[in-house]
Amino acid sequence: MVTEATKATGQGGEAVGMPQLDFSTWPNQIFWLLVTVVVIYLLLTRIALPRIGAVLADRKGAITNDLAAAEELKQKALKAEKAYNEALAQARADAAKIVAEARAGIQKDLDAALAKADAQIAAKSAESEGRITEIREGALAAVTEVAKDTAREIVAALGGKADARSVAAAVTARMKG
Amino acid sequence: MTTEGESSGFAIHPMDQFVIKPLFGGTEIYWYTVTNVTLWMAIAVLCIAGLLVLGTRRRAIIPSRTQSVAEMIYGFIYNMVEEVTGHDGVKYFPYVMTLFLFILFANLLGLVPTSFTTTSHVAVTVTLALMVFLGVTILGFIRNGIGFLSMFWVSSAPLAVRPILAVIEVISYFVRPVSHSIRLAGNLMAGHAVIKVIAGFASLAVVSPVVVGAVTAIYGLELLVAVVQAYVFTILTCVYLRDAVGGAHH
Repeated sequence: MVTEATKATGQGGEAVGMPQLDFSTWPNQIFWLLVTVVVIYLLLTRIALPRIGAVLADRKGAITNDLAAAEELKQKALKAEKAYNEALAQARADAAKIVAEARAGIQKDLDAALAKADAQIAAKSAESEGRITEIREGALAAVTEVAKDTAREIVAALGGKADARSVAAAVTARMKG
Repeated sequence: MTTEGESSGFAIHPMDQFVIKPLFGGTEIYWYTVTNVTLWMAIAVLCIAGLLVLGTRRRAIIPSRTQSVAEMIYGFIYNMVEEVTGHDGVKYFPYVMTLFLFILFANLLGLVPTSFTTTSHVAVTVTLALMVFLGVTILGFIRNGIGFLSMFWVSSAPLAVRPILAVIEVISYFVRPVSHSIRLAGNLMAGHAVIKVIAGFASLAVVSPVVVGAVTAIYGLELLVAVVQAYVFTILTCVYLRDAVGGAHH
């Protein structure tokens, strides 16, 4: 029974026991295994492995290069930023200097103008002072003259014959008092 | 299988999926016969070519999804080889990569329903393990000459213990290909058989919802096993390779 069934395995029938231990199939399996392994080995060594190895190396190179380039660009950016900051600081300093200069210049002009104006004002006021004094003196003289004339006329109107000189002397005395 | 009536009622044949059949008729399987083994190995080759050759054809600096998966596997195995075997071992990287990819794709393709799992066969895993074992041994003698044998002479142990350790070391060295191959085939065969057994119970309507859930859960586990076993086989290959490449010191 068992031997019959074992023969039947070759015909694609049911297995009895373990087909693994049916040694009649071993040469077949070993032959095809060797063929398979050799084919896979050739596929790998001729095509696949060199190709994948090259791709991995390429990628590693590309990544290294990119990192180096990035580092370089970063340094450049830092340098540019530094230059920018320096230029900015320089511009600020220049601006401050120009402002200070302009302020000093304006102050100087202003001082000069003020001094000139002060001088003019002083001159004008001195002149005015003179005129006022003159006018006051003129007015005083006129008052004396008017007083003398008025006194003479009053005396004449009162019917007295007034001596002009004595009237003048009396008015002058009065005015002084 | 005893009578026709029984098998139609409640039939669970978990080992049927491992039967090797000629693809184009015939009954005898000669070494050159095109069988389902051939078919699924060829599909594995096509998948590997699709992922690693077609997927990387654009050689993009910014990878597509497929290319990025291919690069990830490349990097993963490359780092594994470099870390475990050291710098000298890197030149055996294509060989390790071949093993990893074949086992990974054979395992994963085996999870496609109604497919055939080539790595569940001891013949396949024994061949793979022997290739590693013989390769490492030959390489060890070529690189280190007779000094390769000093691997079995543990110089850090007391002199009296060394002969005993040497015997143990030699035995463990020759057990390597056995454990290396049985681990892979055993894991996959057991997982697939369990799925099949549980799925067989689905013909009982009462338990079928439970069966569907269980099969889904085990399928998820098997996906994990498929990847982990490929990883384990590969890293053990690297560890063995270190003995040959890195000299006798551990």
